[in-house]
Amino acid sequence: MGEPRRPLLAAYMGALFAFLYLPIAILVVLSFNDSKLATVWRGFSLRWYEELFRDTEVLLSIRTTLVIAIAATLLSILFGTLLAFGIERHTRSPALENGIYLPLLIPDVVTGIGLLSFFATISLPLGTTTVIIAHSVWGTAFAAAIVRTRLRGFDRSVEEASLDLGVREVPTFLRITLPAISPGIIAAALVVFTLSIDEFIIAYFTAGQTVTFPIQVYSMIRFGVTPEINAVATVMLLFSMALIVGAYLIARPRGPRAARPGEGPA
Amino acid sequence: MPQQASPLPPSAAAAEGGSRRARLGALVLAPALVWWAIFLALPMGLVLATAFFKGGAYGAIIYEPTLRNLERALDPLYVGVLWHSVWLAMLTTAICLVLGYPAAVYIATRASARTRTLLLVLVILPFWTNFLIRTYAWIVLLNREGVVNGALEGLGIVDEPLSLLYNDAAVVLGLVYGYLPLMILPLYAAIERINPEVLEAATDLGARPLRALRTVMLPLIIPGIVAGCVFVFVPSLGNIPVPELLGGGRSEMIGNLINRQFLTTRDWPFGSMLVLALMVLLMALLVLQSFVLRRSRQVGVDG
Amino acid sequence: MNQGIRRALVAVVAAATLAVVAACGGGEESGTAAQEAGPVTLSVLTFNDYIPENLAEEFEKKTGNTLEITYITSNEDGIAKIEGAEPGTYDIAFLTSPFTQGLIAADKVEALDGSKIPNLANLYPEAAELAYDPGNAHSVPYSWGTTGICWRQDLVGDTVVDSWSDLLTPDDNLKGKVTMLDEDRWLLEPALKTLGFSLNTTDADELQQAVDLSIQAKSTLLGYDAETFYSKLVSGEAVAVQGWDGWCNYGTAEDANIQFVIPSEGSDLWVDTLVIPKGSTHIEQAHQFMDFILEPQNGQWVAENILYKVPNKAAMEALDPALLEQFPNMAIPPATLLEQEALEDLGEGQSAFTDAASKVKAG
Repeated sequence: MGEPRRPLLAAYMGALFAFLYLPIAILVVLSFNDSKLATVWRGFSLRWYEELFRDTEVLLSIRTTLVIAIAATLLSILFGTLLAFGIERHTRSPALENGIYLPLLIPDVVTGIGLLSFFATISLPLGTTTVIIAHSVWGTAFAAAIVRTRLRGFDRSVEEASLDLGVREVPTFLRITLPAISPGIIAAALVVFTLSIDEFIIAYFTAGQTVTFPIQVYSMIRFGVTPEINAVATVMLLFSMALIVGAYLIARPRGPRAARPGEGPA
Repeated sequence: MPQQASPLPPSAAAAEGGSRRARLGALVLAPALVWWAIFLALPMGLVLATAFFKGGAYGAIIYEPTLRNLERALDPLYVGVLWHSVWLAMLTTAICLVLGYPAAVYIATRASARTRTLLLVLVILPFWTNFLIRTYAWIVLLNREGVVNGALEGLGIVDEPLSLLYNDAAVVLGLVYGYLPLMILPLYAAIERINPEVLEAATDLGARPLRALRTVMLPLIIPGIVAGCVFVFVPSLGNIPVPELLGGGRSEMIGNLINRQFLTTRDWPFGSMLVLALMVLLMALLVLQSFVLRRSRQVGVDG
Repeated sequence: MNQGIRRALVAVVAAATLAVVAACGGGEESGTAAQEAGPVTLSVLTFNDYIPENLAEEFEKKTGNTLEITYITSNEDGIAKIEGAEPGTYDIAFLTSPFTQGLIAADKVEALDGSKIPNLANLYPEAAELAYDPGNAHSVPYSWGTTGICWRQDLVGDTVVDSWSDLLTPDDNLKGKVTMLDEDRWLLEPALKTLGFSLNTTDADELQQAVDLSIQAKSTLLGYDAETFYSKLVSGEAVAVQGWDGWCNYGTAEDANIQFVIPSEGSDLWVDTLVIPKGSTHIEQAHQFMDFILEPQNGQWVAENILYKVPNKAAMEALDPALLEQFPNMAIPPATLLEQEALEDLGEGQSAFTDAASKVKAG
């Protein structure tokens, strides 16, 4: 089964990627800037990378941010997927349907301040754990909303067939339903992870003495944006790209298109 | 409804199945809801309740009920800022939808799952750098002495550098750039589940693509569109760094205003009232969205 | 929503509420907290890159106490952290004078025992008469400075830049190339000073006049910028900006054409200070820290690395004259600084001020 040729669409994607990556290209180039100012070019230099590798604070903040993002993502897709199922299949309450968006409506400042006071009141020490909790609150909302778009109108006949054949709910869920909605879960995980590593306001209130990368960047800006920040961004980019290439190579190829319920073999 | 071979008489079996479903439902919904009850409802309730009390000096809260904050919030100054923010956020959302939809279609129609995931990741990859740093990169691109103007002048297209920054257009650009993947991902999730024949029929650039789009595709992907719009609209509305950096701080948005109340003035009660106003507006939009979703549920047939 | 869920939710919320109320109940304070003796770990709130890198090491060598540093990104952040945490979480906080004054007025800082800070003698006499905390009874000054106009002498033709009106109603060669600070207190400063009002006014009429003048100024403004104004000067995107003296030096370091001037109408005085948040259990050791901070070599580090002036006379006199030549605003004498109007906390009037700033930004 071939894909119909759509040169216009392909060209459009090219233009879109150019738009997305132009600022990235700029920030990478500026990381080699031989000047303290991040916005005026003065010559080629590797000094910011040198500074970066000596800067243990920045490195620590990156590690902290990754830990938080991974934990928050896992919690969010766990809660969010269950929630999506609950709403889609077990209740028709409009309150719940709209309710999943509620955490997203509240401005970050308010969530941050609210949780800060709350954690202080229940004497939960601020740190990595509290940021993970805070991120999982909005993360669950994103995950539930995205997984739900995948669940809507999902063809249940294969599920029902499985249940009819005597397979119980949990194995049916794991072997039939879950793979079928996995694109939604992957999309949700990507969204929550991405947002978490870049999330500043809620983290800055709930992190106490812990420093996440966005907090580190923001505090460095106080005394001027130096290209060390660009160097960090470039390194993170390279690292992410390496991760992706690695994952791509490792993942078992699944053939032209994964079979989906109701479709039969591809 | 799952049928199970059961020794019980049919009516009892049905009742047994019904309450079993209910318990299953409760079990499934419980984790998220309990989590939210403790870490969302409680803290937010505490903060928002202060909207009806007085703010004192140095951030103190005076526990005397008052409607003064509501009066102040209805002042044209604040309503104007809210309206301006809504306008910019709507513009951002519309542009993201127009830009994001073809991208989501393209990705969803790739044959290999690996390719699809790779493309999604490529869309998101820029967002694994830091938001502030990316925004500064736009400043480098767009400022009067910057790359874009340099190119335009070099190519002889303009004589004088254009003023591309520190205005509303730059703010919208920054917001679109910041939130585009949040539109693409839910759209992708919704489009991808549609039967491929339907998909091809609708996206073939042959006869009447728009018509096919409207009558066939749209009802099926409305949940994705709605999710994408909410994900873009809400953070755009409350965004703080973009109006400050790319907008030059010339034109306040509601996020900056609220931030200022909580952090600079430390008038939490008034800040909470502004937040309540914002949330009421957003909830009204949500109700609208839910109405649209229900209608699409009637129209759409499972693909 | 089904009955079972509803009941469960209510139970959870009720339990959580009870927990909150119980925790609240035990929150009363009675006098100073119990003090911990001997070498301790002091918890310090400060801005990034603001204290000497080897400070912790040297301090430990001298007194045996260690430091645990939490970085804040702004004064508001610092206040939010202090107020959101249990008393006793932080032993030292770095805050700018109006905020310090606010905390003192709200009785949220410990009083200082000057006899435990002998290095106070290193300060200029003027530094003991600062309006926000006369006699340094609750705080110790760390650095100080003023706000003014930072400008490119080579890009303004023959205009002489020396007045706030150069930003509010600029000449043709400056139009569209000026920026102002967007933090509330400084946003309205040019207008207030031009109109002859106090920087600490909360009078509705005066504020409104300042608002009107500031809104008019927006038409010739490039934008508001409180972080990268000096790099705009270096790139030439702006030719005159409102900026703090220390920050202007960062521009001068890149391009010697960048100069600083205190406008003829006058300007403000800000002081970065150290305080001991109320409830600290390490008051004795915190005093030792303050004393240590006032040693000349630490003041010198600030002057040489952050390019801010310090009220530490011993430190300023030890500076290399070449530094003062390169950065003339470092040589502004304390007497001149004290002539400027000290920024004070506005108390109840803060909201009127913030509203005024919002009007300007939204207008």
